[in-house]
Amino acid sequence: MNEIIRYDHVDVSYNGKRVVHDISFCVQPGEILGIAGESGSGKSTLLRAALGLLGKDGLVTRGDIWYQGKSLPDLAPQELRRRCGADIGMIFQAAGRSFCAIRTVQAQLWEMMQAHGMTDRQLFMAQVEEMFAKFGFREPRRILASYPFELSGGMQQRVGVAAAMLLRPKVLLADEPTSALDVTVQRQVIDEMLLARELFGTAILLVTHNIGVIRAMADKMLVLRAGEAVEYGKAAEILTRPQAGDTRKLLAAVPQLRR
Amino acid sequence: MSEVTVRVQAVRRNHLRRKLLLFSALAGLLILVAFFSSSLCPYDPYAQNLAIAKAAPSAEHWLGTDRYGRDMFSRVIAGSSTSIFSTLLLVGFITVFGSLIGIFCAWAGKRIDTFIMRLADMFLAFPGLVFALAVAAVLGGGVHNAIFALAAISWPKYARLARSQVLAQQELPYMQAAKMAGCTSWQLISRHVVPNIAGPLLVTAMLDIGTMMMELAGLSFLGLGAKPPIPEWGSMMSDTRNLLATQPWVTLAPGFAIFLSVMIFNLLGDTVRDWLDPKNRR
Amino acid sequence: MVPVLQVEHLKKEFSVDAGRTLLAVDDVSFSVAAGEKVAIIGESGSGKTTVARMIARLTAVTDGRILLQGEDITHMTGRKMREYYRHMQLVFQSPADSFDPRRTLGDGIAEGLRNFGWQKQAAWQEMERLLMLCGLEAEIAQRYPHEVSGGQCQRAAIARALALRPKLLLLDEATSALDVTVQADILALLDRLQRELSLAYLFICHDIALVQDFCDRVLVMHEGRIIEEGTPDMVIGSPKQAYTQRLIDSVL
Repeated sequence: MNEIIRYDHVDVSYNGKRVVHDISFCVQPGEILGIAGESGSGKSTLLRAALGLLGKDGLVTRGDIWYQGKSLPDLAPQELRRRCGADIGMIFQAAGRSFCAIRTVQAQLWEMMQAHGMTDRQLFMAQVEEMFAKFGFREPRRILASYPFELSGGMQQRVGVAAAMLLRPKVLLADEPTSALDVTVQRQVIDEMLLARELFGTAILLVTHNIGVIRAMADKMLVLRAGEAVEYGKAAEILTRPQAGDTRKLLAAVPQLRR
Repeated sequence: MSEVTVRVQAVRRNHLRRKLLLFSALAGLLILVAFFSSSLCPYDPYAQNLAIAKAAPSAEHWLGTDRYGRDMFSRVIAGSSTSIFSTLLLVGFITVFGSLIGIFCAWAGKRIDTFIMRLADMFLAFPGLVFALAVAAVLGGGVHNAIFALAAISWPKYARLARSQVLAQQELPYMQAAKMAGCTSWQLISRHVVPNIAGPLLVTAMLDIGTMMMELAGLSFLGLGAKPPIPEWGSMMSDTRNLLATQPWVTLAPGFAIFLSVMIFNLLGDTVRDWLDPKNRR
Repeated sequence: MVPVLQVEHLKKEFSVDAGRTLLAVDDVSFSVAAGEKVAIIGESGSGKTTVARMIARLTAVTDGRILLQGEDITHMTGRKMREYYRHMQLVFQSPADSFDPRRTLGDGIAEGLRNFGWQKQAAWQEMERLLMLCGLEAEIAQRYPHEVSGGQCQRAAIARALALRPKLLLLDEATSALDVTVQADILALLDRLQRELSLAYLFICHDIALVQDFCDRVLVMHEGRIIEEGTPDMVIGSPKQAYTQRLIDSVL
């Protein structure tokens, strides 16, 4: 097997209360897995578990998350932090809020690259501009000189994706990356993530409550309900022929546009 | 396939309720002591007996005696009445008065709001001690004037807090829904605003009890508060400070009483704050 | 017949800073007939929520007129305005925030009735009837907002909005914060209530797919203006504006 990340019978508990139970799946390089479910189904928790972002009350109480032969929940915090970003990137619902509000985009990207061993400012600028050019940003200089709040929500999210890709992660964890965006902007962010996969072969774990986003992006999908897996398989198959009742209900509830 | 890894999780219990009970009980005890101080004193706190002046702590006189031979333990207990009640009076007054001003400002519209808030800024800008000195110079010393001086410079804090809390509440959908349900301004304030902003104000007030007790003690220490021979912790410390090297207990006893009271009210305030946070309830 | 709601040349300017102003709503005119379901579609910043808030008189109007049941309410205040809220209610986006966290849902729903002179007992009975009408158990009246799910809370909010028997409900993204399955339930409820009580709806929404089956008429808002208007099938099937087309194409 050449899978890049594998969840193996994972349980996650918060302060003794189990919120995710017995979840297993794997993702190949360049593959996109969509994780769907309603609020409280534990879908975000699954992503956070990989990076040790469960807070002081949360713990992977059972099972392993395998990445390159190592189980992420058992790694020392420093080791895990080094892998955060470099090997495994993360995009949140509001990228704007994961930037610091009082410093420019450039300063923050530079700080991030320094933390991962970059020392040459010239090289850094070249890499950033190359990345921005790949993603078709029209005014890279202006974006870099901006404070996060000066960018639109959609632009913040796109910069967030580009920033995550600067470190060339092998896996990108995306938690509701388009849910706060308007539909016209959502499309751009989806296209950008698809481009990232195409250019760098990045695997993406995509958590969303929007089945449409999964339909547009995912190769495989996992449907969660109350912390348990309801259905797991090829996205195209599940979306056209859902087996579980919960999946069917979820799909039926999504309003479809008749054109 | 290998065994599935299992990790043991330490479960944190929520002791908030117990903590709240404990600190409430301690604070209640303190107030009870202050209330019944006259009957709790083993000796008359004013009775002088120069024969046993400056005696070290012993079985008869637990905290020793001062330079007039008055029992320190009795004086500390008697002092609790002045110190604690004047503090509670002060804090109660500034909380109610400041909050009412703040609510009024938030509701009154821009001009009145700006005017009163600038006025509040003027009071805030005054150094507390200087103002108290000025009041003492004009009205004379004494506990009442000390309370007055401190109240005059501390109400703006509550006005500001209440005002910002009201403004935040006004933006919430439930207030607008209540307005659309036909509530008058008065009904909105009494039914919805006051209950929802009471928590943060109460917590601030509790945390302020400690600070205010220290301020009052400080003024008394400077001779601007309670006048001797009335036992008051701050003035007791001031009276006896030149004995600190030889008979430290006379200074330390009221000091410790202040420390203990301030700590109990601060801990209570902290616990109440946690308790009022809905996230901490279950 | 007089429309329930008429909006004429409505305008809203926000002052940004140092004398600069932002025109959030620019010359918006439309009307809602009795029992009609009208949707305003637009993205964030299009001004759709500001329109709803101006109609509900929660935001001051810069220019233009709002007529409710033929009466000009644009600058109405005090007791007279409270009287007119009987004809118009608003359901908010975030269900948890639309009830006082320190009062029970039952209190919240009965509040309007009590304000308009209902006796305590009668108001409580009416409140329980409203809960039932909105598909909730009567025992939910004793619960606090944080003790119920988002869907239950939104049903309760609809019950409260119906308490004064309004002719017009303003629904400001009333289903956007809910899970898709809950959203479908709430839409079905709104649909049933509309038929039973012949309510008029002004449905503010960013999701064009949602309004297709739900509304009689769609207004598309963009940068503060209404740029297109028609039946959902007309607007979605043959949009006249490039922006509308883009909006439709973006739906996944």
